[in-house]
Amino acid sequence: MANKVFHVMYDDDQKLLDSARALVAQGIRVKDVFSPFPIHGLDPVIGVKRTRLAIASFMYATTGTLLSIIGTWYFMVSDWDWNIGGKPNFSWIENAPAFVPVMFEFSVFCGAHGMAITYLLRNGTLPGMPASNPDPRTTDDKFVMEIVTDQNAGFSVSDLEEKIRATDVYELSIKEY
Amino acid sequence: MAHDNKLQFELPANVKKWSMILMGVGILATVLGWFADKTDHHTYWWGNLLINGFFFFAIALGALFFYALQYAAEVAWSAMVKRIFEAMFAYIPYGLGVIVFVLLVGQFHGHHLYHWMDSAVYDPTSPEYDELIANKRPYLSAWFFWLRVLVYAAVFIIFARKFRQWSIQEDTVGGTEIHYRFYRRSAVFLVFFAVFSSTLSWDWLMSIDTHWFSTMYGWYIFSGMWVTTMIFATLTVIWLKGKGYLAQVNDSHVHDMGKWVFAVSMLWSYLWFCQYMLIWYSNIPEEVTYFQTRYEHYMYGMWGVFAVNFAVPFYVLMARDAKRNFKYLTRVGVIIFLGHFADLYMAVIPGTVHGHLEWGFGEGHHTTFVGWFEIGMFLGFLGLFVFVVSRALTKANLLPIKHPFFQESENHSI
Repeated sequence: MANKVFHVMYDDDQKLLDSARALVAQGIRVKDVFSPFPIHGLDPVIGVKRTRLAIASFMYATTGTLLSIIGTWYFMVSDWDWNIGGKPNFSWIENAPAFVPVMFEFSVFCGAHGMAITYLLRNGTLPGMPASNPDPRTTDDKFVMEIVTDQNAGFSVSDLEEKIRATDVYELSIKEY
Repeated sequence: MAHDNKLQFELPANVKKWSMILMGVGILATVLGWFADKTDHHTYWWGNLLINGFFFFAIALGALFFYALQYAAEVAWSAMVKRIFEAMFAYIPYGLGVIVFVLLVGQFHGHHLYHWMDSAVYDPTSPEYDELIANKRPYLSAWFFWLRVLVYAAVFIIFARKFRQWSIQEDTVGGTEIHYRFYRRSAVFLVFFAVFSSTLSWDWLMSIDTHWFSTMYGWYIFSGMWVTTMIFATLTVIWLKGKGYLAQVNDSHVHDMGKWVFAVSMLWSYLWFCQYMLIWYSNIPEEVTYFQTRYEHYMYGMWGVFAVNFAVPFYVLMARDAKRNFKYLTRVGVIIFLGHFADLYMAVIPGTVHGHLEWGFGEGHHTTFVGWFEIGMFLGFLGLFVFVVSRALTKANLLPIKHPFFQESENHSI
């Protein structure tokens, strides 16, 4: 039997959230949800793990701090010791307060860019990448829940469909993939 | 309501006992310290009294500010913990009393914390004449200074009393009328506070180093005040939850309070460092005096305070789970609570005694960290503060049951 995918569309985020709760309570696994905006409280219901993006961002920012320390040391002390306003120019550590703004900005720069690029790569939403949402209306005012049969081996297709139809569905499409 | 409410806070006997013991220790240390202090006019003793007076007053004032901020910004989640802040700002009159006492004795030349209170510095014929201070005479003249003290005291006490009165009234009346009154009056208070938080820190703290001035000083003191307020409130919430109160205060509320501790610590670090960095970099003689004194005699104290108050909350409280963990929050809170006390010590003591830090009471310009005296006095004031705050907690319901945002706050989830 071919695998089937259910695209269950709702016209309200609260309806989707309630339906997801009802379906999960019956033991059905929801694979994904497509929504124009984040739905508060949905992640724990459909079992999405907490993002590790913050940890990645911290690592990018720490890399930025280290790079800026190496950079300021090389440019301002080692390669050519700059004398600015009579500040101690043979030592990085004694001049450190002057480099803090650079360190701060470069940490923020690396943390933010690293996080944004990671996010776009991970979600496959870099500019020019093909859209993966099943229906363009999910970028407007509709909400789609994706349920696949091979994650719900305990249910027959008709059984699944019946349970899904019992929720407040706006539109349902069943495809093979 | 679904939950079993313990609305009425009963003051545990051991809190009463321990705050009394702490106050006793404080009085003992204060009295013995007076006789042990050999500095000129007991400057060091008065300096410590000012630090303790201001530190705990600032916690109370920060609570009043945060309380008004919640109303002005229409914040819902904090409705659940607003009674904690009310109890904290009940200390305002006591804190003001200590500060006014220190200022009054200074005005009558009982101590020389404030160099500019000596009228000789304004007299061009006097050998003590100081042109830099004389130029600031309009601002520092006694009548204008005391007028400001009176206005601060009046504004803070009146707003604190009114806020408390309306809040208790709301518990029986309900409705939204009181809420909107709060909303409007809080905005008015914040306007006063915006000016007074800066000017009072110039008047009472920055003027110790009379020749020096920094436009960032008001903000620096204000951020230190705010962060200690958030720490104390967070610790109180955790403590009350441990006693079985505040059942509806969930992890998300505590998480939000942890966020405030984290965020305001960063604000303080930013302001501390900006004030330091700009003065260090431009290296103008009249600006560097402040840090010169600290560099010469208090180098490790100054940088140590900054390092602890910045690095500890930054690295420990950055993670989401740490802000929801009572153990982490308590430990970090206690460390930076003491850290911010030390920060105020660094702001006041070097300018008053000019000497360097050494162990044991010294003579004249050799000033000193004694240990038992400073710690004893701090503990005494801590006891008084805890006593006043916990007594204020018993005087009203712990939860504002008819607050319009009560339901929303109860369902708070992040």
